[in-house]
Amino acid sequence: MHTLTLVLILLLLMIASFYFGRQRALVVSSGNIRMLNSLPGYYGYYTALWCGIPAFIIFIFWQFSESAIITNLVIAGLPEDITSLSRQQLNLIINEIRNIVSGNMVADMTRPEIAAAADHYRDLQTISDIALLVVIIALGLTGATYALSHIDQQQRARNKVENTILVFLIVCSTIAIFTTVGIVLSVLFEAIRFFQSVPFTDFLFGLEWSPQTAIRPGQVGASGAFGAVPLFVGTMLISLIAMMVAVPIGLMSAIYLSEYASSRLRALSKPVLEILAGIPTVVYGFFAALMVAPFFQGWGELLGLDISSESALAAGVVMGIMIIPFVSSLSDDVIYAVPQSLRDGAYSLGATQSETIRKVVIPAALPGIVAGILLAVSRAIGETMIVVMAAGLAANLTTNPLESVTTVTVQIVTLLVGDQEFDSPKTLAAFALGLVLFVVTLILNVIALYVVKKYREQYE
Amino acid sequence: MTDIAKIAQPSNQIERRKGDRRKHTRIHLSRATVSRDNRRTVGEATVSDPRIHCTDVNVFYGDKPALRNVTLDIGCQEIIAMIGPSGCGKSTFLRCLNRMNDTIECCRVTGSIMIDGQDINDKSIDVVPLRAKIGMVFQKPNPFPKSVYENIAFGPRIHGLAKDKVELDEIVVTSLKRTGLWEEVKDRLDQPGTSLSGGQQQRLCIARTIAVNPEVILMDEPCSALDPIATTKIEELMDQLCTDYSIVIVTHSMQQAARVSHRTAYFHLGDLIEVGTTEQIFTKPVHQLTEDYITGRFG
Repeated sequence: MHTLTLVLILLLLMIASFYFGRQRALVVSSGNIRMLNSLPGYYGYYTALWCGIPAFIIFIFWQFSESAIITNLVIAGLPEDITSLSRQQLNLIINEIRNIVSGNMVADMTRPEIAAAADHYRDLQTISDIALLVVIIALGLTGATYALSHIDQQQRARNKVENTILVFLIVCSTIAIFTTVGIVLSVLFEAIRFFQSVPFTDFLFGLEWSPQTAIRPGQVGASGAFGAVPLFVGTMLISLIAMMVAVPIGLMSAIYLSEYASSRLRALSKPVLEILAGIPTVVYGFFAALMVAPFFQGWGELLGLDISSESALAAGVVMGIMIIPFVSSLSDDVIYAVPQSLRDGAYSLGATQSETIRKVVIPAALPGIVAGILLAVSRAIGETMIVVMAAGLAANLTTNPLESVTTVTVQIVTLLVGDQEFDSPKTLAAFALGLVLFVVTLILNVIALYVVKKYREQYE
Repeated sequence: MTDIAKIAQPSNQIERRKGDRRKHTRIHLSRATVSRDNRRTVGEATVSDPRIHCTDVNVFYGDKPALRNVTLDIGCQEIIAMIGPSGCGKSTFLRCLNRMNDTIECCRVTGSIMIDGQDINDKSIDVVPLRAKIGMVFQKPNPFPKSVYENIAFGPRIHGLAKDKVELDEIVVTSLKRTGLWEEVKDRLDQPGTSLSGGQQQRLCIARTIAVNPEVILMDEPCSALDPIATTKIEELMDQLCTDYSIVIVTHSMQQAARVSHRTAYFHLGDLIEVGTTEQIFTKPVHQLTEDYITGRFG
């Protein structure tokens, strides 16, 4: 509430300083704005930025450090017998004080010195709030005044404003990059912790996956085996089935849409195909579990095959359907981007449309198509919801698509669902699996991007 | 040296240019006798022994007419140049001759285009052998993203012209030799066609066209993306090729038309304005529009 008010005040100050900056520029120009280095509006932005940015930086800084400073001041004001307590007890007392301040606790119920400390805390907070308000307004006004006093005909307001915007853009992109780096590092460190209790080679090459660890000695059924090979095999099996469905169907429909279909049909059917990509994966999941899997099972019975109710086949097929729009949309764009001159060249030699497509267009588009397929594979490997619902949890080491298998993503979900302690290998295994998943997808994406880049160079 | 040969001098002979131009202008002062308003073709549009015989060809893009009532013969072993300002329909006419306009959805062609006694727009005509008979070279070199060898072998393969590898090799080598490319690329037949220079790529495209043994070669501004040296090579090549093929060339360069062609046709806004021998068109144009164009009086 208070923060919001402050931000609003700051915004009002900035709007006002924009107006004054612009006015000042008009005055300085003495009626002829061509005398100015930049348009009057830029002087307005220049003033507004000088008003807003320093104040905003202080504001952020204040928000982060306020609580720590006040707490330290309160502790310093506490009697000797409390400050000499151990660190944990001191923390409890500070929490108590904060609770009283925020009104979660009634002050009468505690010792008088703590109630006094709470009052002290409250006083300090009020002082801090007022101080912040004063500082912000003062800084804003100072900045604006400084900018106003520096507005003259030679002032390069436009360059300065544009440079500031550039810095702002850089900061935004850095935030995205640092977030990625942060996630990767946290996964990496937790995975390293996992590898301290389970050897790296056991994890990568072990054939048995049974992540239950014994909480008490002699517990039954809690061997704690962390061999991830069954998961890798399961993931690959399901991805393979998915790609066997998605690649032919997606590619063929892409060829039809980009080469044969009339432009009207293309404009109509491409969005429809892309709706497939808009269906939430959880919907695909229960479609797989409740309709496709029983359907396969029924057919299996008729043919005398024993198909598990949760089979790799059902999950893979449905995942393949989910990925079709990926493959078709990406390939369609790539095929469409093959220059018409190549098609003309083939036609002019007497090639039929089918020969042109098979021998000229597809080879020319192949790198792009491969890249699209690789992106689809990384999507399949990372897909979770369908396999959770339709592929099962049993870590069978099998390549039989009729049995139930489990995947890396499914295991991550099951490892982390429910109450977990965060230092057991069972939980940490999720990070190791996540790391493997991340590395594999990263490699696939890098290859895909490399291929696409090479392809682009060819037609510049 | 005739007047035409003087106009046809390559533009790098700068010291002669000034004199030529003066002469050029003087020649055209008041030759034209047909007024600008006349849109019927003047000059001899027909020849005694035509390879392709076009009568009243009209082309529409949607409802918009792009070409009106064009009657023109393409003779045997001749190079005929199509000139005219942009959008005048010369490329459209060229693309009628091997039905490349089929690839444009809204395009409609009427009239008759006869080759070997058959109308190419007839329903019974298969476009595949037709295009093998009438090859085409485009404005921008468009080698396939395959090796040099595969670029040439593409046509013979799809038409089954070679029964084994030896014959195919022979076709590739002959085509490359005829286009003068053999010496330049014989060591890198397995490298991508796109790795050649622009002029080499264009000659590769001509070699690719020759490889399917056509009777007519259509060239749509084949040199407009090339430098003068590569242009000279292509023009020399055309000169050699016309002993075996009829060549129809669309060009924006009047010097080029004057240098290489035997006959010239001038198009203007969808009408065929004037046809005649190249010498006559460039020295004694009959139609006022033709004279305006070749003397550079158009804006």
